[in-house]
Amino acid sequence: MLMAVAELNGACAAALDSGRLEDWPGFFLDQCLYKVTTADNFEKAYQAGLIYADSRAMLQDRIAALREANIYERQRYRHILNLPLITGDADGTVTAETSFMVVRTMRDGQMMVFAAGVYRDRVQQDAAGAWRYAERIVVCDSQRIDTLLAIPL
Amino acid sequence: MDQATRDLPTGAWPSGLTRIPYWIYRDAEVARDEQTRVFEGPGWHFLCLEIDVPNVGDYRTTMIGAMPVVVSRAEDGAIVAFENRCAHRGALICLDDAGSGKDFQCVYHAWRYDLRGNLTSVAFRRGVNGQGGMPDDFRMEAHGPRKLRTTVLCGLVFGTLVADGPDLEAYIGSEVLVRLHRVLHKKLEVIGRFTQQLPCNWKLYMENVRDTYHASLLHTFFTTFRITRLSQGGGVMVSENGVAHASTTLAAPKGPDDSYAGMRSDNQGFQLRDPSFMNAVAEFNDNINLQILSIFPGFILQQIHNALAVRQIVPRGVDSMDLHWTYLGFADDTPELRAMRLKQSNLAGPAGFVSMEDGAVGGFVQRGIAAADGEAAVVEMGGATAEGAETRATEASVRGFWKAWRAQMGV
Repeated sequence: MLMAVAELNGACAAALDSGRLEDWPGFFLDQCLYKVTTADNFEKAYQAGLIYADSRAMLQDRIAALREANIYERQRYRHILNLPLITGDADGTVTAETSFMVVRTMRDGQMMVFAAGVYRDRVQQDAAGAWRYAERIVVCDSQRIDTLLAIPL
Repeated sequence: MDQATRDLPTGAWPSGLTRIPYWIYRDAEVARDEQTRVFEGPGWHFLCLEIDVPNVGDYRTTMIGAMPVVVSRAEDGAIVAFENRCAHRGALICLDDAGSGKDFQCVYHAWRYDLRGNLTSVAFRRGVNGQGGMPDDFRMEAHGPRKLRTTVLCGLVFGTLVADGPDLEAYIGSEVLVRLHRVLHKKLEVIGRFTQQLPCNWKLYMENVRDTYHASLLHTFFTTFRITRLSQGGGVMVSENGVAHASTTLAAPKGPDDSYAGMRSDNQGFQLRDPSFMNAVAEFNDNINLQILSIFPGFILQQIHNALAVRQIVPRGVDSMDLHWTYLGFADDTPELRAMRLKQSNLAGPAGFVSMEDGAVGGFVQRGIAAADGEAAVVEMGGATAEGAETRATEASVRGFWKAWRAQMGV
């Protein structure tokens, strides 16, 4: 299981880091939950997210908006991922927690630790047998976002 | 250098409200004056929500400009506020965002304060073994953090350091007050809190909030999906003193609309794959899709369909600020309405489809004006006054901001 989740995490991060944003929704099941929140919000069980999508189509819409609609300066991410900690494996659903760090590099070369936190994932196999996210809650350690959150974490 | 184009020496202010000299966003002395004249002046400042301090002993920490503040619920149920600064050496009295207790104790030398911020005990006041201690004439009642005058309106707690200034409702004005009551009409529930750090002077963000002209031009998402277009009905109101504004957008008319033909933001080909999150619930019994309301200097109330939030501006130096977002629902939300709020939270906030640009655009100005202390912005759309209008193709509300700023700054 460890390798399956690690491979999924790695492929998903690589799509975001290399600018293949259109590939990113493909790592999720049709019916899924993707939420970006913070440790404070998570501990208080606040429901809202910085990004909140309850279908893969909403993830595709977010990428389309980033490409077609939204204005933000050119930037790229570099995800540094820990090995997943498998916290459950039952009835075809694997749960895992994976620490991440994202360094953001702006067009002028300015780099910063943009986010660090933990992915809290529920992973299942799709009809073709590929492991996909049924749920990915991105819990950022800091509640402060620098300027804007455009590319998903 | 052509002196004719350099007729705004640093420090001078042009007459009228249609020119904003750029040094005003960059000057450290201006920022210091804003702290004393605006943030510690006669205006009212959003502190927190009433539901943040529901019970006696509950507290929440907040900021008024650079000044740290404690808001607490006193024994008699009143919500009170005082400067978060120990009267002894100036250390913070409260170190956390929120909590609950019987009283407050500074960690440095254990001076204690009651829930109203009154100094109640000084450690080793009588010394130890008859030695040391405070002088006999030391009076605790003569020492304490500065206290604020507070008031609660629509579940919002506001405070001011000036005891004899205007009351909050008069400060806001009756017209905008109706708009505040329209949204905040029953018990609230916090559904998320986030902070966005913006690389700009705080005034640039508040101007952006009050700028009804930019929304459908900068924010393509707005325009393409007809959440707001200037050709939709709606308008802007500005209080007489310039302090408060509210802008509204009515539901989109049916049929084609070519008023944006050829502009970047007119992107008719862009379709949502999952349009379910735009199935807004009309929860306010009117046809207002969107309402943005602000109270000078730092409070914003947002209703974008069912996405409700309050935003608080906290300056962090001349070219940086924090924007504190509190996402809201009502305590009696149906599961369906709550689900819609969660989906529509994608519209606003640091990652919002229609507002992420606002996080960056102030920085674009701050960087653009880095060498332009002798130049000025042009704020002439819709004329020269700060009066409300039946259109949003105006900068009246931005001029209102400067009307309030100049009155409080005394310039």
